[in-house]
Amino acid sequence: MKFGGGLITLEKRAAPSPVMAVLVPVISVVLALLVGAVFLKLTGQGPFPIYMEMFSRAFGTRYGLSETIVKSIPLMLAGLGVAVAFRMQLWNIGGEGQLFMGAFAATWVALNFPDQPAWFLLPLMFFAGCVGGGVWGLIPALPRAYMGVNEIITTLMLNYVAILWVEYLVYGPWKDPQGYNFPLTAKFSAGAILPTLGDSRIHAGLLFGLTIAVVLWVVFNRTRWGYEIRVIGDSPGAARFAGMNIPRNILVVMAVSGAVCGLAGMAEVSGLMHRLQPGFSPGYGYTAIIIAWLAKLNPLAIVLVAFLFGGLQVGGYIVQTSGVPATMVAMLQGSVLFFILGGDILLRYRLRWRRPPDTTVKGKEVGT
Amino acid sequence: MSTEFLVQLKGITKRFPGVVANHQVDLTLRPGEIHALLGENGSGKSTLMSVLTGLYRPDEGEIYIGGQRVHFRSPHDAIKAGVGMVHQHFKLVDTFTVAQNVILGDRRVPFIPSMSSIEEEIAQISSGYGLAVNPRAYVWHLSVGEKQRVEIIKMLYRGCSVLILDEPTAVLTIQESRQLFANIREMAAQGRTVVVITHKLHEVMEIADRVTVLCRGEAVATFERGGFSERDLALAMVGRDVVSKVEKPAARKKDVVLDLQDVYALNDLGRLGLRSISLTVYGGEILGIAGVAGNGQRELSEVVTGLRPVIRGHILMDGVEMSGEGPRGFIDRGVAHIPEDRLGAGLVPGLNAVDNLILKEYRRKMARGPFLDRRGAESNALDLIGRFGVRLSSLYNPVKYMSGGNLQRLLLAREISSEPRLIVAVYPVRGLDIAATEAVHRLLLEQRAQGTAVLLISEDLDEIFKLSDHIAVLFEGAVTGVLPAAGADAEEIGLLMMGSRKTEEQAV
Repeated sequence: MKFGGGLITLEKRAAPSPVMAVLVPVISVVLALLVGAVFLKLTGQGPFPIYMEMFSRAFGTRYGLSETIVKSIPLMLAGLGVAVAFRMQLWNIGGEGQLFMGAFAATWVALNFPDQPAWFLLPLMFFAGCVGGGVWGLIPALPRAYMGVNEIITTLMLNYVAILWVEYLVYGPWKDPQGYNFPLTAKFSAGAILPTLGDSRIHAGLLFGLTIAVVLWVVFNRTRWGYEIRVIGDSPGAARFAGMNIPRNILVVMAVSGAVCGLAGMAEVSGLMHRLQPGFSPGYGYTAIIIAWLAKLNPLAIVLVAFLFGGLQVGGYIVQTSGVPATMVAMLQGSVLFFILGGDILLRYRLRWRRPPDTTVKGKEVGT
Repeated sequence: MSTEFLVQLKGITKRFPGVVANHQVDLTLRPGEIHALLGENGSGKSTLMSVLTGLYRPDEGEIYIGGQRVHFRSPHDAIKAGVGMVHQHFKLVDTFTVAQNVILGDRRVPFIPSMSSIEEEIAQISSGYGLAVNPRAYVWHLSVGEKQRVEIIKMLYRGCSVLILDEPTAVLTIQESRQLFANIREMAAQGRTVVVITHKLHEVMEIADRVTVLCRGEAVATFERGGFSERDLALAMVGRDVVSKVEKPAARKKDVVLDLQDVYALNDLGRLGLRSISLTVYGGEILGIAGVAGNGQRELSEVVTGLRPVIRGHILMDGVEMSGEGPRGFIDRGVAHIPEDRLGAGLVPGLNAVDNLILKEYRRKMARGPFLDRRGAESNALDLIGRFGVRLSSLYNPVKYMSGGNLQRLLLAREISSEPRLIVAVYPVRGLDIAATEAVHRLLLEQRAQGTAVLLISEDLDEIFKLSDHIAVLFEGAVTGVLPAAGADAEEIGLLMMGSRKTEEQAV
């Protein structure tokens, strides 16, 4: 890096700094809050009271806390989902679409077997959610595995297909006849609804998330398959050298990644909405990307970060009443990711200030 | 200020961490001459020319152009002084036209250039030297030979009087090479100086007015046209160092481990990379593969480890047909591989030593059903690190932070501990210091003593002589000769490396 006379140089560290590994996410969040504060100030709000209110309302009350947990469920599941692909350096940006397709498939089951009991319906919807999201993850994986087609573009594009597909259904064939023409499906039957914790809105999707987090941690750290994912992600050359099947792993990893994201969609419709409706996800699949990064792809850390981001969203909704736009939360999330990615370089390099080098004689024009 | 020499390099020394790439090199270029720069890979040719073209700054030494001392800070400065280089890997923008590529980065061109006059100028240059190319053609339409011509035109357009071509024929067909040589002669006839970097003797014989031979970073000889033979060049290039002999017991010939029968394979460009290779490696024997890099060594090493498919012929491991197998099949048959690219293939840079040491065993010894045996992996790592003297700051740091010698020890530890039947070692000591080199050699000889077959691919003849029982020479994807190492002499091998098959009577 050169500024003016070459004042800042980057020096490679001998080993990644463990201090920075903790410090960078923390500092990133603080810097993001500072950036947000500037904008709050510009809109005439006092940043500090707003932040205080967001925090206390999201984590400080029984109701706020339970809402934070409710919000964290889809974030957690989708975050875990995309992290599976990210571990192998597959950039699955399609979490949102996979979530919609999971919700779609689970809804299909709920609407077609309304009279079935829960012990039959819920496992089937669970399975359908995984298949819906898994297939949606598998589609971009095929051209990626066999032709090297960049998965970032394809997964992103498929999001719109999935979202519009769900909109088509709820505005058209799946619209509830008794719904006063609102774009909603009929409410699910009792057997298609996930149980909740006491009288709160916290549903069994939380258990899915926690269980999958533990399972993924074991898979990543303790199994041969997790080892293959790490090797392929870090060095495809070494993976080939060791006789690993890279195309097959791309397919499996993307399918699993999509399946977990699909499960996020299933949990939302079955646990919270109890029906399919457009816009039921305010971009959970995208926020999930930020969460996965912030957690350094560690499944257990994803649970924690998802909880914090859930609180951020709840806090954001609540302070809307005091005139703060809800998009501020999106801005804060974006700033966090921005600083995390920027700060990552500090893990591997240290900044060093240097004096400009001695001026050197320039090459002279010489006639021949 | 007219001097006999257009360019003079005096006492150029360039050091890289751990290596002296150029040591006190002198080189002179006359106006209008074709000067060949000859040497094996790693002899410092490219470094020297990078110094002359401003890519590197020399640690010591002086550069004079037209009698004036110059200090280049960048290739741009060198081009301004009339020195331009055509690199092996072309630096062209595919979606631009020839004319657009030619003016790319040329600071004399105005903000809104007149393309038609530029195209005209390019057409003049190209017809003037017989460098046929259409200035309006898009680069992605062009053949490799045409792209090279664009690169040359680019330098001529900027008024370079000294043109350096880095291994220009490496990517060309025979017809294209002939065309290029005609162009080079034309340029020289019109007063330009052309430097051709090469390791092919016949090219030097064909076009060079003078030739400077580099060996291990030093300029060992300069010959004038008519004052050298192919043999002089080969000798100068290979060096006449006394080969350091190590005490090694005679090979105990055992059974055939690896048998290649009439093997053909394609290279990355889809052309024939290996032609009719037939080789046999016995247990307890080291077969050294000599040859200038790029003559099929990589293809050979990949074919015998399952990384590259065979299009014709047979590969037998312990008598079992392997030609349809992938890397996994070869691993399971006991083939260990020390690849050329340590950090890109042999080791996983971002993983730690424990994880790297189980790369070959994670589905065999280190597997507990679908799980990994973590304790086993750890004690395995501790054991191997102690046994092979790998120095680590921690078992849990990514291995990319380790030094080259330690990386190679780590790799060898893993490959040897798998108790292989065959070890394929490709440039196993490249970039290592003397102590590490000795350690690697000792390990290979130990394996040989235990009855393992070793296929050693190296461009260092000393290494080949020191370790091998038999030596096979590769040239352009074919074996030009196999001889017992005892009694073989460097001259003969050197000539075989240059492709002259019937040199036995010359060498005597």
